[in-house]
Amino acid sequence: MALSRDQMAIRVARELQDGYYVNLGIGIPTLVANFIPDGMQVMLQSENGLLGMGAFPSVENVDADMINAGKQTVTAVPGSSIFSSAESFAMIRGGHVDLTVLGAFEVDVSGNIASWMIPNKLIKGMGGAMDLVAGADNIIVTMTHASKNGDSKLLDVCSLPLTGKGCIKKVLTDLAWLEIENGAFVLKERAPGVSIEEIKAKTQGRLIVPDHVPEMVF
Amino acid sequence: MAGFDKVVTTYEDALSGLKDGMTVIAGGFGLCGIPENLIAEIKRLQTKNLTIVSNNCGVDGFGLGILLEDKQVSKMVSSYVGENALFEKQLLNGELDVELTPQGTLAEKMRAGGAGIPAFYTATGVGTPVAEGKDTRFFNGREYLLEEAITGDFAIVKGWKADRYGNVIYRHTAQNFNPMAATAGKITVVEVEELVEVGELDPAHIHTPGIYVDRVIVGTFEKRIENCTTSE
Repeated sequence: MALSRDQMAIRVARELQDGYYVNLGIGIPTLVANFIPDGMQVMLQSENGLLGMGAFPSVENVDADMINAGKQTVTAVPGSSIFSSAESFAMIRGGHVDLTVLGAFEVDVSGNIASWMIPNKLIKGMGGAMDLVAGADNIIVTMTHASKNGDSKLLDVCSLPLTGKGCIKKVLTDLAWLEIENGAFVLKERAPGVSIEEIKAKTQGRLIVPDHVPEMVF
Repeated sequence: MAGFDKVVTTYEDALSGLKDGMTVIAGGFGLCGIPENLIAEIKRLQTKNLTIVSNNCGVDGFGLGILLEDKQVSKMVSSYVGENALFEKQLLNGELDVELTPQGTLAEKMRAGGAGIPAFYTATGVGTPVAEGKDTRFFNGREYLLEEAITGDFAIVKGWKADRYGNVIYRHTAQNFNPMAATAGKITVVEVEELVEVGELDPAHIHTPGIYVDRVIVGTFEKRIENCTTSE
């Protein structure tokens, strides 16, 4: 079975470490906040200028001046800080954020990522994604392994305009956990009940399959 | 006005001197911390052919989105415009030019503009469409892009509290791009929720020192919420 969105978030949450400052992108990455292990301190950075993002507010505590990068109303945890966009991106570009999790349309074997633009179709902009991928050492990309039409999103060369060049090393799809090493995707783990054949069939880029590929356990 | 007193009492005075073809830098992130009354005044003035530098372009019918309705904007410099159908339509029609700029680069362009730094190198955007036509250089084995600073004829800013001298503090995440925008305008106009006495703000807690600010006006704000999410 392919992983659910929550299972993907749970798998990403296993990469968290105590004391990490983490930036979570929109979509599945946001769900990771729901699965921070008990007893672990993690501080969430929101690139609009909040370090220490908390849960959504109660109805009576909704405040138009208190939002996250997804423009959702949020709260701040004790010990948080609020600052300007320039300060926020100084943290990001300066490599001070320990882990960045974001979605993508495509990644390729060179660690390139395309996540912001489909020519002649969708024009939204890159937001902070280019800064995040250029500034972070430790990035996890979350996405479905293939499109609804079955087209692989793990490619030899990205077909869409890039968000960043040579910056991605870890990818979690609904089918597998992969790491990019020496110009190939290395299959590290597979979703429960998903065969290596299915992953091979849905991976267009060069794929290395080690002798033993454990199934994720939930 | 006398001495350091920057207060104006009408929006007409607040934007006096705004002309067709000018560049306006606006603070705000989404609809949070936007100078909504100054934007409404630009709409009333019907100033045309504007270049607007702002992270986003409001939504249809609110914020900077209202300036698209009468085609007052010829160019937007933004990082994300996904919340605005009219924007996308005018862009695809070729009625509107857009310079999509990474969010951190946009913040830094404003900061550099206000600080007298004409350009800076950043790794953001290397190898992407953002890099097209820009100089690159290697530092310590890594490639960086040369990005130019931005300044505006006007900067329009939303603060929480200000004193008459133009010292400003922002409230929560309504800070966002406002402090950088405030530094980067030839004429910087700040609209605030509350005017306080000079000396009332703790000098060490001021976000934008009055030296950057030319005009202060007190407004009332709708503060529309884009995505109201609650724990219930």
